[in-house]
Amino acid sequence: MTLIDLANPTRFLSLTAKVLPWLAGATAVLLIVGLYQSAMAPDDYQQGATVKIMFIHVPNAWLAMFVWGIMSVAALGTLVWRHPLADVAAKAAAPIGAAFTFLALVTGSLWGRPMWGTYWEWDARLTSVLILFLMYLGLMALWRAVEDPSRAARAAAILTLVGAINLPIIKFSVDWWNTLHQPASVMRMGGSSLDRAFLVPLLVMAIAFSLLFITLHLAAMRNEILRRRIRTLQMMQAGRPTV
Amino acid sequence: MALGPYQSFIVTSYALVGAVVALLIVWIAVDYRRQKARLRELEASGITRRSGRTATDMS
Repeated sequence: MTLIDLANPTRFLSLTAKVLPWLAGATAVLLIVGLYQSAMAPDDYQQGATVKIMFIHVPNAWLAMFVWGIMSVAALGTLVWRHPLADVAAKAAAPIGAAFTFLALVTGSLWGRPMWGTYWEWDARLTSVLILFLMYLGLMALWRAVEDPSRAARAAAILTLVGAINLPIIKFSVDWWNTLHQPASVMRMGGSSLDRAFLVPLLVMAIAFSLLFITLHLAAMRNEILRRRIRTLQMMQAGRPTV
Repeated sequence: MALGPYQSFIVTSYALVGAVVALLIVWIAVDYRRQKARLRELEASGITRRSGRTATDMS
């Protein structure tokens, strides 16, 4: 099956029905392994046991940005290639991305209080992630506000691409500005500065959360395709002559 | 597994992530059931797709 075959919603639904149970199973197994490794990870010499918050905070923060990246590719699919599933993919991803961003903000805040002495600081990293969260909410509101799906798709795609400017700002905010948030310690020049005892559980949790996103995203796309079929059938019903 | 003086922050973080992920799963599952039920209702009332296939067809 090629990528072009997936442009057909019925073929996409067929593929989804086959892969979803396997994806859900793999996600559950990896989450259990990741949670066990997180629980068994040693305390950090400075942060103590609060380092365990990293194993859920960092995957959520990565996914908050990754999901917007996926939505940006989908926005190009809507505007440039007019792929029939591009807007479906973007619309289905937005609430999931918003949830990951919310979790990144709250778990970061709960980690910040014991380590920094404050739940919140208006520094560049925290503020730019808060802006990302507000953009997710704005985008979801836009899809709900515009009744015509094709007009909503174009407007949302433009807003998504404009919002993508925030992604490098979030990533490099800790380098460009003096922030309370620590600089990158995994994806950085010269390799990770994390000890293997922390890096392995973190990567397992990151893969588990990525699989969780793929599973939820495919399921939400399936729902969105069905929702659009309902709309089409309702319009056919409204257009039928009454006797 | 001792979590030290900041146990409440760690436990709250994990509990919150668990709750939000569970909420997402339940929301998507309930939405799926709702869409399928609505499609069945429409098809039962005689509205079918132009292709003639059922709207819930996934094969």
